[in-house]
Amino acid sequence: MRIPLSWLREFAEVPAGATAEDVMDQLVKVGFEEEDVHRPTDTLQGPIVVGQVLSLVKEPQTNGKTINWCQVRVVPEGQEQTLTGKGIDPSGVQGIICGAHNFVEGDKVVVTLPGAVLPGDFHISARKTYGHLSAGMIASVRELGIGEDHDGILVLSRIGLDPEIGTDAMELLGLYDQAAEINVTPDRGYAFSIRGVAREYAHATGTVFTDPASRVNAPAALAGGYGVKINDDAPIYGKPGCDRFVARTVRGVDATKPTPPWMTSRLRLAGIRSISLPVDISNYVMLELGQPTHCYDLDKLSGDIVVRRALAGEKITTLDDKERALDAEDLLITDASGPIGIAGVMGGAATEVGDSTSNILVEAAHFDEVSIARSRRRHKLPSEASKRFERGVDWQVAGIAAQRVVDLLVELAGGTADEAGTDVGTAPDSVTIELPAAFAAARIGIDFTDEQIVTSLEDLGASVVKNDGGWSVTAPSWRHDLETKEDLSEEIARLVGYDQIPATLPVAPPGRGLTRVQQQRRRLIQALADAGLTEVLSYPFVSKAANDTFGAAELGAGRTAVKLANPISEEQGFLRTSILPGLIEVAKRNHSRGFRDLALFESGLVFLPAERMGTDSIPPLGVKPSDEVLDGLYDGVPAQPFHLAVVLTGHDSPAAAAHAPRVWDWADALDIARLAGDVLGVEVVVSQGSHQAFHPGRAAQLSLRSGEVVGYAGELHPKLLAASDMPARSVALELNADALFDAAADVIVARHISSFPVATQDVALVVPADVPADEVQAALREGAGELLEDVALFDVYAGKGIEEGKKSLAFGLRFRAADRTLTADEASAAREGAVALAAERFGAVQR
Amino acid sequence: MTETLPGAAIPNPTDEAAITAAVDQAIAAIAGAATLDELKAVRLAHTGEKSPLSLANREIGKLPKDQKAVAGKLMGASRGRVNKALADRTAELEAENDARILLEETVDVTAAPRRRRAGARHPLSTLQDRVADIFVGMGWEIAEGPEVESEWFNFDALNFKPDHPAREMQDTFFVEPPEAHLLMRTHTSPVQVRSMLERELPIYVLCPGKVFRTDELDATHTPVFHQFEGLAIDKKLSMADLRGTLEHFARQMFGDEAQIRLRPNYFPFTEPSAELDIWHPGAKGGPRWIEWGGCGMVNPNVLRAAGIDPEVYSGFAFGMGIERTLMFRNEVGDMRDMIEGDVRFSEHFGMEI
Repeated sequence: MRIPLSWLREFAEVPAGATAEDVMDQLVKVGFEEEDVHRPTDTLQGPIVVGQVLSLVKEPQTNGKTINWCQVRVVPEGQEQTLTGKGIDPSGVQGIICGAHNFVEGDKVVVTLPGAVLPGDFHISARKTYGHLSAGMIASVRELGIGEDHDGILVLSRIGLDPEIGTDAMELLGLYDQAAEINVTPDRGYAFSIRGVAREYAHATGTVFTDPASRVNAPAALAGGYGVKINDDAPIYGKPGCDRFVARTVRGVDATKPTPPWMTSRLRLAGIRSISLPVDISNYVMLELGQPTHCYDLDKLSGDIVVRRALAGEKITTLDDKERALDAEDLLITDASGPIGIAGVMGGAATEVGDSTSNILVEAAHFDEVSIARSRRRHKLPSEASKRFERGVDWQVAGIAAQRVVDLLVELAGGTADEAGTDVGTAPDSVTIELPAAFAAARIGIDFTDEQIVTSLEDLGASVVKNDGGWSVTAPSWRHDLETKEDLSEEIARLVGYDQIPATLPVAPPGRGLTRVQQQRRRLIQALADAGLTEVLSYPFVSKAANDTFGAAELGAGRTAVKLANPISEEQGFLRTSILPGLIEVAKRNHSRGFRDLALFESGLVFLPAERMGTDSIPPLGVKPSDEVLDGLYDGVPAQPFHLAVVLTGHDSPAAAAHAPRVWDWADALDIARLAGDVLGVEVVVSQGSHQAFHPGRAAQLSLRSGEVVGYAGELHPKLLAASDMPARSVALELNADALFDAAADVIVARHISSFPVATQDVALVVPADVPADEVQAALREGAGELLEDVALFDVYAGKGIEEGKKSLAFGLRFRAADRTLTADEASAAREGAVALAAERFGAVQR
Repeated sequence: MTETLPGAAIPNPTDEAAITAAVDQAIAAIAGAATLDELKAVRLAHTGEKSPLSLANREIGKLPKDQKAVAGKLMGASRGRVNKALADRTAELEAENDARILLEETVDVTAAPRRRRAGARHPLSTLQDRVADIFVGMGWEIAEGPEVESEWFNFDALNFKPDHPAREMQDTFFVEPPEAHLLMRTHTSPVQVRSMLERELPIYVLCPGKVFRTDELDATHTPVFHQFEGLAIDKKLSMADLRGTLEHFARQMFGDEAQIRLRPNYFPFTEPSAELDIWHPGAKGGPRWIEWGGCGMVNPNVLRAAGIDPEVYSGFAFGMGIERTLMFRNEVGDMRDMIEGDVRFSEHFGMEI
């Protein structure tokens, strides 16, 4: 909401020298955030005066254009030019070149004299042009920054003005005024008006407020006016769509009369373009009182006005010349011809006020917030009227606003008001709120005095009656947002000042600290960073193809995914089932910026849709749903496990003197997966895997001891790398970290540390090439029995000396007993047992 | 080298002058040895079996009994002096030698390669941990919830009326099909609701996490960002408790100089509601108030939705943006730096913020 200061001053005591910033500083205290300042003088400086064109000589130019060489009087005849400066003619007559042709000798115009500055940092000076010294400019509204019209210069008579020559044109056009733009929160519809903001300004400053409504002399009752029926057969939430409709008639207006500059100036500062006098008046009253009104061309109406819901198939062409199909829920203003307006949103074109209009029917009605909001959304028609109706308009002010429109039409458009008028509808019940005496103090933490409480509420316009335990408070008709004692507490605190609230620190009961999973998550992330990887973030929005390729780590490819109804880009309209697509994008971005050696990781949620998504309905607000309903809500939310993904490309460290960096390879991906397991105390079991995003021969499936699959690791598929412009041999892994967290032991049982000597024996086994080393190792471990302390693969060999299709695996076995020194025979026997099992399972032959 | 010195006669072990001369000669030779090898030669020449002093020593046995003691004493002292000189010179030369070897092993330490790559946390994640730690230190607990959420938890339970404009203030991503009433949470407040439904009273929880709004990415907006919201539900909590909590937190985050300011505002889920500003003495361009978040006393309708009696319990809630906090605390000028994943951004912070 933009507040022209001159307007605010009519109703509140704003100091003469106050700027828009000063006003905003006050309003922010009562809850209106500052947004912007609109001040013509920030970009416009005088001297800019009224001049009269004394002579005008048309001079055709070689380029085909004709320019006017004008003599313009800028000081009344017989008076001295008091301005001095380069280019100011002491005679009071300036010679000016003008290219516009919409004026004649004798016209009064706006002259920007040398020294003036126009919007766009345009400095006016005397300069030679077209063979003359042009000392100033005759301005158009666009050049002055007050309108769009650039077809010609501003001729003052055409906006109804005949000022004295030399008059300060900036004063005349309201250009010294300024507006403060504030943000109005959605609960405070009343503040979308000068009336509401002036009241708040008075609250903020402790000064006197004059209600603009009190200055309008509206009749107590109206009768005999235009026929209006409210006929809502389908109220929303049981609330009638329209509960008041005031109609007034003004006859014999001249709709073509110009809108006076004081009004256009205020409208412009408030952000509203001048359209025509009747429309401007309607807008002006809306801004002043907060009540939207509408002017119909009375002669285009036929029969009674009926306010009703739309019928199937009905259509309307609105003021913006668009034909709109209406919904049965739309509240309409209709006459015998059909719809003539979408109530509270936009009027119809057929009954629009135009230049030829002479009789006007003024509507000031009160509509249901929800009904208006739905129509506005349905037709995507955010209007100044709907903005106010949605947020709540004062039921009481409709008659006053109608009267104010009538008064202005009579005053400015030359009309005559009918005595008769229409006022139908029923006032809503006023709500009385019980405010216990100590409640506000307890909620806010300030020991309010009774006087503070009563004065604050009365200042708002509430009526306050003392009772046994506190007060009965009736909110003013414009404050629909005040419904509970909590609401009243806020108002009291707001008016007394939030800066009065003291600080006390409540003590929480002893807590449990971070949960196990929270600690595990932190440890995992920190461990990867400590291991030299860089944590990044990416968006969870991906394409269908990306999800199809990567699937979900724990479930494999080809999963269905959660689709967004309104994605930012249709291309990325799905929620990720895997972090890798996003992480690969990040890797590519870094590549394009010249970083080729990367070790990236990201952790976060992925989204795995369930069979049943969401719930058909949702429970109402303010009531705890039944357990059954709550369970339905919980169950409808798709599973969102916490994943970890890693991408490695290029080298493990920067190349340097005396240091040869290593190229990341598939084994690094596995290594990091195992490291992740290690830091959580969970064994990550690796087996040969198959995943379409990975190299078919270099992919590992990652699982838990229990057999539960938790992810993939290995070299990304060469085709995928090529298609996404990634370096060959880039590797990746993705893990369902939640599954690892779950698998971690609650308590780790200590192991006895034997201090007896170790016996080490090596064994080289020849096995078929496709036997996984890991399984041979497991067989050795099992076969060796409990004397085996550790086993490690230290060499893999195939080639000369080894039969084709076979490979040699060399393991180091470490034996130790808990209670004695092992003899060589005992160690050898254990080794034999190990080899025997490997031979039995895989045909392993000792080399 | 085991010969006696050329031309040297075997000195008489009772001839003090001759022995002293031999000793002096030995000591001079020891002092003159420049390397350990030279010293070895000198040692053999002056203390070896054929050296004058060794030979003289051997002569003692041949002396008459009454001269033996005198000669023995002379020879013992003399050989002691020579041995001491040898030992001292050996130590000296060894030290020199060691020093030289170490000197020769000098490297250019400034040319050392980096063999290990230091990793880095994303500063949003580090900052999130730090915020959590402050509250955990106050006895609060950290609560979490899903990012795709039921509309009820995100809006209705938080007292957003179905057709109220407040619902549109948060540009929401909805999930297909719309009839399923699922959305991407627009704030972490649904976690507050879940906490109230699931936990025992009183409740003191902090809810950090990702949230989503349909804003296009630019220097100050991103469709995915992070928040932390706090919720306290207890008997007799007031707005003063809210202020005290926020003040304490602000001081932990920004130092003892930190101040906060509350301004009236509107949120459907709190009443009264306030905007929270923080006084930032180190702000770029000079100290000033910076908008930090929103807060207020929990609206009784929110308590009712969670089955908590608002006549018995009251509570306060607050919420701040992590990105915003990082932007003004660490002078991050462009939101895009935080989400594009450029490694330079994370690596600049390392493990710290």
